[in-house]
Formats: sequence, C-alpha cells, structure tokens
Amino acid sequence: MTRLGSADELFAARADLAAAADGKKRVLVCSTGCLAIGARDIEAAFREGIAEAGLDEEVEVVATGCHGLCAMAPVVVVEPDDVMYGRVRPKFVPDVIAKTVQGGEIVSRLTYGRDEASAHPRDIPFFEHQTKRVLHNVGRVDPQRIEDAIAHGAYGSVAKMLSGMQPDEVIDEVRTSAIRGRGGGGFPVWRKWESCKGYAADERYLICNADEGDPGAFMDRALLEGDPHGVIEGMIIAAFAVGSTKGYVYVRAEYPIAVRHVQLAIEQAREWGLLGEDILGSGFGFDIEVREGAGAFVCGEASALVASIEGRRGTPRPKPPRMTEQGLFGMPTNINNVETFANIPMIIAEGGAVYAQSGTEGSKGTKIFALAGQVKNTGLVEVPMGATIRDIVFGVGGGIPRGREFKAVQMGGPSGGCVPAAHLDLPIDYDSLREVGAIMGSGGMIVMDETTCMVDIARYFISFCANESCGACAPCRLGNVRLEQILDRICEGQGTEADLDTLEQLADVVRSTTLCGLGQTAPNPVLSTMEYFRDEYLAHVVDKTCPAGVCKALVPPEPALAGSEA
Amino acid sequence: MVGPGGTDTVDLNPVRRVLDEMAPVRHEHLIPLLQAIQADYGYLPREALAEASTSTGIPLSHLFGVATFYAQFYLEPHARHTIRVCRGTACHVRGRQAIQDAVDAHLGIGDGETTEDGRYGIETVACLGTCFLAPVVMVDHDYYGSVIPGKIPEILEEYE
Repeated sequence: MTRLGSADELFAARADLAAAADGKKRVLVCSTGCLAIGARDIEAAFREGIAEAGLDEEVEVVATGCHGLCAMAPVVVVEPDDVMYGRVRPKFVPDVIAKTVQGGEIVSRLTYGRDEASAHPRDIPFFEHQTKRVLHNVGRVDPQRIEDAIAHGAYGSVAKMLSGMQPDEVIDEVRTSAIRGRGGGGFPVWRKWESCKGYAADERYLICNADEGDPGAFMDRALLEGDPHGVIEGMIIAAFAVGSTKGYVYVRAEYPIAVRHVQLAIEQAREWGLLGEDILGSGFGFDIEVREGAGAFVCGEASALVASIEGRRGTPRPKPPRMTEQGLFGMPTNINNVETFANIPMIIAEGGAVYAQSGTEGSKGTKIFALAGQVKNTGLVEVPMGATIRDIVFGVGGGIPRGREFKAVQMGGPSGGCVPAAHLDLPIDYDSLREVGAIMGSGGMIVMDETTCMVDIARYFISFCANESCGACAPCRLGNVRLEQILDRICEGQGTEADLDTLEQLADVVRSTTLCGLGQTAPNPVLSTMEYFRDEYLAHVVDKTCPAGVCKALVPPEPALAGSEA
Repeated sequence: MVGPGGTDTVDLNPVRRVLDEMAPVRHEHLIPLLQAIQADYGYLPREALAEASTSTGIPLSHLFGVATFYAQFYLEPHARHTIRVCRGTACHVRGRQAIQDAVDAHLGIGDGETTEDGRYGIETVACLGTCFLAPVVMVDHDYYGSVIPGKIPEILEEYE
C-alpha cells in the first residue's frame, strides 16, 4: 500500500503497476452476475489447475465483473489473446489451461459459435455492434484490487483535475460534453452541478443514487460490481466541482456484491490517498459513506432517497425547493446516478468536446442497456445514443429465439412504456423515446415476443407500482390499486369495453395529480400498451380471448380453440 | 425491562452491543441501526427497539414507523433461510410464475410465510438485477439463474 502524495505519484504508480502486469497471462472469470450460474467453482478450478501446472508465476486468475454477454454465462476470458469462452463447467477447465493458457489454441466447443471463428469478442456480433466506453474496464479489471484499477487508468482524471483545473472549468467541460443524467430524467448534468454549487451553504452533499429499482435494469449493478473505482472517481470529480466534502453511495441491499465491492473500493481509495483529506496532496478533501437501502422502490426518487438517508420513512416531498437547494439535512445536495458518475472521468480525460462527438443532437455519449427477456444474447450492452432499437435487439441481441416474432420492447421499467415493432428503426435518445410513449429510464430493455400478453404486462407494472406506492398521496395510493383491480378483471375475463375508457380516464388522473415521479409515470405502461396493442385489450374484453395464451381464465387463442372444437 | 434468563424474554445484550458500537447514534443512523439489530436477532424484537429508543432518545413510534415502511425489516421472527423468487419483468416473461408455484408447492407455504420448522421463508422481490439469467431465485445471498421448476427441491436442500 502506498499513500499517493501528488498527481505525479499516481502516474508513476500507474506506470509501475502496468509494467509489472505487462505480458502476464490472465484468466478473467466473471465473478459477479455469473455467480448465479456457478462462476465460483470455475474460479476455484482455474486457481487449482494453474497451481498444479506450476504456472502461478506467469498466469494470474482474476475474478472480474461482467463481460456483458450474460447469455453465455459463466464467461471466462483468457488474456493476452482475448479468447472468450462461455458455458464453462469445472470439468472443461483442465482443457482450457492446457490448450489455451499454455498452448495458445482454441477450445472450439466453448466459444460463442462453437467454432474457432468466434473465439474473440471482436468476432462476435454482440460485441461488434457495441461501443464499450463506460464499460471499458468492467470485466477487465479486478474490482477488488485498486492496484489493478490504477494500472488500467483509474483516477487519472482526478489527478489531471487536481493538477490545476478550477471547479468552474470542470463544470464547463461537463457543460460542453452536454451529458444528461443517466438515471432516467435526462436532466443536463452541468446544470444540476452549477445549481448546487450556486447556493451558499456550510456543507454540500453529493449522493450517488445506486438504488437501481426498475425491474429489468442491471447496469448500475454491473458498474458498481465490476468497476467501482470508476464510479468513485466520477464522484470525486463532481464533489470538487460543486464544492462538497461528504458523499454517500445509496445502494440497494438486494445487491450484496455491489455493496461489498464499493465498500472495499472506498477503503482502498482512502488508503491510497484518493479519498479523505488532502486528496493527492491537493488540499481538496472528500470522503464517501455507503448506505444500504432497506427495500423501497420509491427511494430511487431523490427526495425519498434523502429522507431514507436521514433515517426517515422514504416518502417524497413536493418540489421546489429542489435537492440542489435543500437536500440532505437541508443542505444543497447533488444527486446523480451511478452511470452518470461513471461517464465523468472520460469527460475530464478527453475533454467535453470530444465526448460530445458521439451520440445525437440532444443526447450525447453512449448509453448502457440491460438487454433481457425474449432475446438470444441477453446481457449488458453499450451503444452510442442514436442507435436504433433494431440495432440493439437484432444486431447486438441476435434477435428472438425459437423463431418467434418480435412484439415489443419494454423500456424504462414501471415508468416507461412498450415500444412496438413499428418503431424498431427509432434512433434511441431521451427525446425520441418520450415521443413514442416510453422513456430512457435507467436503461432496462425487456424484449417481448408473441408469447407475452400486453394486458398482463400492463397489469404486472401497475401491480408493481401499487405495491411500491409509499402511500403519501391519495391518487397514487388509491388510483394505482383501482387500475390494478380493473386490469385484474380484464385478465380474468370479466372486463367490458367501458373498462377501457375508465382505465384511460383514471390513468390520466393518476398521471396528472400524484406527488412524485413514481405516481406520475406509473400509468405509462398501461397507456402505451393501450395505444399500441388496443386489439389485445379488445380481444380480452369483447372476444374473451388472450391472444398470447397467458391469461388462464380466458379461452386460448384461435388455433388451440379450433383444435378443441374439432 | 425484562431480565436475562427469562423464558420468553429477549436477550438485550446484542442490541446494547450494537448501540455501544454505533454510539453516538444520531437520527441519520436509524436505518443502519435497524439493519444491525436485525442482523443480530434475525428480526426486530419489540424489546430491542424499546431499548434502542431509550438509549438514543428517538421515539419508539418513529422506530416502528421506519421499520414498517421498508420491506427489509421484520417485526416477527423470520425463517433461517429466505427464498426470493424474482418478480422482475424479464423473469415475468420467462416463466417466473411456474418457479413460484414450484417453491410454494415444495414447501407448502405461500408468499410471506415461514415453514413450521423455521427453516425456510418465502418472499417476493421486485427485481434482483439478474435479468439476463431469468428466471432467477435467490436463497439468502446466493443467486440461482435459469432455474427450472424441477430444480427447486435440489437447490433448497442445500440450506439447512
């Protein structure tokens, strides 16, 4: 352990650490998401096998974060040749060690296409269509060793910033980059920072919102688990810009690995002089505390999150005043999402102008999507803003399995909407999605095929929101429950056409009268499915059938019906 | 205040130790405090909350208010092992209901209930963020991905 006393010492340490690691063979085992499918045994098998072969000196086994192609889990990458294997079982490990680690050969049956031609990420369409910038180090670095993170460039932007930049210059770079908040709303990041900085106060707080509660979203989880130092670095830069000395990472307790990795990363950063007083000898001090959420979706909302950190029930309060004016403990507070912070080091390193070269007119940079549902290549995907839904679902995702038809993609979680096939060529950015009734949200993309019932999906999301409503305001507490009851009735075959009108009217009331974002956006899944899939609603209430065959109380769709009649 | 050694009493030593370790407990430490108490007892015994209230000066009503708001806290003794069947969107469209049914049937209990021997309890969870391996089940802190209903007994057997 070295306490770094200056920016130069950081650069020197990076050079030493990178030199020491140079040319070393590494076996990278995803030990975060892939843990769900046996990665711990794989890692153990590699450690054992490498030791037995007497290769300890030249080969390092690294437990990394997510490589992205989760459909191939558990995933292993062998460096320096970047050979990627999936569906690895402990019994295959001796073969991989003998052939690939030692012999430089490919074990064909473990590659993406079970052939030599698809042995490297660059040969796999899933990666070919991506631009990994924010995720660059996720899956590459050992998230539990700051040395490895530094060798891969971590804290370089903090060092650059503390070697002479002023807070206003930092905000200027972020303004030039035009980055918008990745948590869902898409608010310009610089404006929030400048607003927070502008209020006179004894203390300003910085909060990293890692309460990733949207069902179907797991990019923040992957960032915290796979590259926690990248997030911490972004927080240090933001703290310097807004003039904060105290920060919090508010992370879901449902993410135990993320909690552990970020806690460890904070401790290590402190030991290295990258957090705490006098960071890199600059005189600037900033420290971070981890707070675990206690299981409340609404705490992803800024004022509820703040209430939770203060030790209160997580109910939102009316705004204004905004958090940047009166947030945590009544002080100006800047809250950004995990992915937003993870973008910041890049903006400082290359400059806001370079950053702004990628993306669309109104949405710059890349966006990470969590691709899941009825799609071949599920996983973590990073593409430039402006990529189309087709690029992601069919290019990166490889399309729908089992020859089924694409029906819709659900974007933005419970606050978002279902985008139908007609919009497959829509370039994705904050504004285009809003126009079609969805939102960027945090970036969850759930692909649905013909076996998904859109009425059931609407019911699913409303039931989620009714369940998670904090109860503070009546339209949300009661309105969502009523919406759920109507949808229940429709799914049980008791619905009438009049119910559809009631749904629309009530959805509109809930949307326009609730207190916070949770309630205001809760009806979106209902409204978007009613707009694009009204025929399915009509099938439920008029024909009493469920075209997807999901709603059990209703008669099955046509073919099965014909069969039973014959 | 209940004395030590009584049959139906709650041992207050763990909560006292937690309060000592976290002292001085300010209001902002309330949730970490409840999390620490629950880590020791497995739930939040009324007696322990009363002790925490006396010691910190935070009204008992407030402790209960917070404890009942968040899904993580239990006011009753809880099972040794918590089974969470994810009800996230991806799991929903990839057959989570069949998994939930298999768990319920295997244990003979439903959501929010605990088996008679206190070995297992079932909870639903909004999303475990493991959507790429849907459907997903979490037992305590372990994730199980791409689960099929027939695998459930084997998975659960691991947890004593």
